[in-house]
Order: sequence, then C-alpha cells, then structure tokens
Amino acid sequence: MSKRILQVVEGAYRATIEEQDDTVVWFTQAIKGGGADVTVLLRGHAVNYAVKGQDASGLAFGDRKQTQPPDLSGDLVRMIAKGVSVYVVRDDLAARGLTPADLVDGLTPVTTAEIPAMLGRYDLVWHW
Amino acid sequence: MTRSEEVAMTERKKLALLLMDAPYESARTTTALRLVDAAARRGLDLTVFCYEGAVALSFARQAPHANAVHGRDVAQEDHPNPKDWIAALMVQAEQSGGRLAWINCGLCVDERGVGEVAAGIGRGSPVDFWKAAEAADNTLVIPTRG
Amino acid sequence: MTGYLLIESRDPLESNDASYGYDLAAGLARQGAAVTLFLVQNGVFPARRSASTAALEAVVQAGVEVLADEFSLRERGIQGDRLPAGVAAAPIDAVIDRLVEGRKAFWL
Repeated sequence: MSKRILQVVEGAYRATIEEQDDTVVWFTQAIKGGGADVTVLLRGHAVNYAVKGQDASGLAFGDRKQTQPPDLSGDLVRMIAKGVSVYVVRDDLAARGLTPADLVDGLTPVTTAEIPAMLGRYDLVWHW
Repeated sequence: MTRSEEVAMTERKKLALLLMDAPYESARTTTALRLVDAAARRGLDLTVFCYEGAVALSFARQAPHANAVHGRDVAQEDHPNPKDWIAALMVQAEQSGGRLAWINCGLCVDERGVGEVAAGIGRGSPVDFWKAAEAADNTLVIPTRG
Repeated sequence: MTGYLLIESRDPLESNDASYGYDLAAGLARQGAAVTLFLVQNGVFPARRSASTAALEAVVQAGVEVLADEFSLRERGIQGDRLPAGVAAAPIDAVIDRLVEGRKAFWL
C-alpha cells in the first residue's frame, strides 16, 4: 500500500508566472498521476489559490506574449476531480477576508487547531 | 556485489531528500549539503532529488573565480562550486559504505538550460522522487521560500 | 505514536509563519507525541535572549525538545552557554538521528 502523503502548501505565487504553474501544485498532480496517495492542505497565502476569478493573463515582454498563464484555482478543481482531497485552513481564509463564497467548490475547511491531529493521519508530511 | 554487500545494502537505512533552492541564493543549500554530508558519513543510502532551481547545483560549467575585493587570485580564493561539493559527497558516501544518488528534475533542467551536468548526476521526474520516498525509511522536503 | 521533527530556519522577527511553526510543535506535543523543533540558520536568533525568546520558551514548556544547530549559533556569535533553559545546542547529526528513527519530518 502506498504511503499516505500530505502536501502542505504554504508558499504562494512564487515563480507562478515564469513557470505557468504553481510548481508544488504541479508536482502534486505529477505524483498523483504516477499513483501516489496524496492530499493537499493549503495554508498561509496559499489559501488564495482557491479563490475564484484569479486572472494572470495578458502579460507580454516585448512582443512575446504569455499565452498560457497559470490557472491556480482551476488546477485545484482538476485535482479534486481526480480524487485528491484539498483542505484549506479556515483561519487563514478569514485573516485574508475570504469566505466560502469566494472559493471554488470541493474544498474541505479545517482550522489551524485541527492540523496537529490531521498530521497524524499521514505517513509523510511534505511542507512547501 | 557479494552476499554480505547485498545484506548490508538491505539493512542500510534509506533517506530521500528533495531540494529546491538554486545555488548561491539561500542558506538552505548549505544546510542541505551539511545534511547530505552527515548522512553520507554514516554510510546511509541517500537519494537527493533536485527540483526547480536546485537542478543548477550540479551544472558542469560552474567555474571558480578570483576575489579582487579580498586581493585573492583563483587559487588563493579556493572557492569550490556546488558541483564540487556534490562530487566530494558522492566520494564520501562510497567511502563510508553508503550510496548517494543525485537526481535532477528533467523539465526543470531543460527550462534552465543546465543540461550539462557533472559526472554521476541522474535525470528524473517528481514520480522518481515519489518512488524513492516509497522505498525510503524517511524523507525530508526542503522547500524554497519567496 | 509517531514522533515529529520540525525544522525551522526562520526567525519570528522576519516571518509570522515562524510563530505558526512554534504553535504547531507545541500542539503536536500536547497530543502526546515526541516532538523535536530543530532551529537552524536564522531560526536560531531567538536563542539569543530577545523579544522572541519568550515564544521559544513557551514551546519548551509545552514539552517540545528544542535544539539549536551548533554551527548556526557559532556562525551568529550566539554563545552556547547563554541559551534559554530547555534549548540545547546540537550538531546537524541530530536531524539525521531523528530521520533515521522514523520521525515524521518537515521543514517549516
């Protein structure tokens, strides 16, 4: 049986334009595709990845346009559709003025206080 | 491999590490290399997977330089590049009866143009890190920041 | 119950998330787990008595083993004999020890 992996994603918007992805979300999708048993917990600024209406399109450098901007909330929706549970820290949402209505569907809220118990359910915790 | 070497390899603890930071950008790189050194000296079986900027740690075209601010020529400055540290760590691992596999994320290498790597460096994908993690006794991801 | 190894390289003065790490370590210890918080790089700054030290002492009080990387301390001129009670200087091997032991390990 595969090890249960919890991907705790805290860093946000680091090189997401250059990479046209969040590289940790991408990594998660890659190992899920390879057969990993993986769950995601968004905390800190990364809770903003769940916000609807993010739009990073339209950048151009000289006459070279970016045609594939990152679609961070879309990636979460796609991961959820593929069976990856995506948790989001409720306190971090509130601290950023976010409510469930601001977010894409399919997320599971969790409080900061619940995180210690949550960590115990996974074999590996990878913190990014 | 002899039977006793096989047994030793089976009994040797296995660790998998993931690094993300590009060379010369973060103190995390030095700490990571110190961890690899400590593991190598113990003869552990260690897989290091380099993701994102960390793939440049093993770029073959790194070159040492002089230090005019301190009045030192190249020889006097004696400033090893990360690829040199990695090579020394591989030797250390072998001398201690262990193993160090250093693998770069291939797509990260390609987009950074650092495909010329030092001897002994492998190429893989996140799935390879996951497989190493499945086989390892433990793993540690050293994330980047910023 | 599996133990934990948390590695903190940030100082609360530079990042609020260092406080999150302290709270998480304390929370895990209160659950009954063996928890080590290994401070490294700028994460050792609270080990020099300052406004940040009380937060670290609270982590010790919660039952967390707090270790400060010997090299990081020396690099910053923080003398080992001036560490707060309950914070011990330790070599980097302490991280390998706990990884080999099987502690659930993550770098904050």
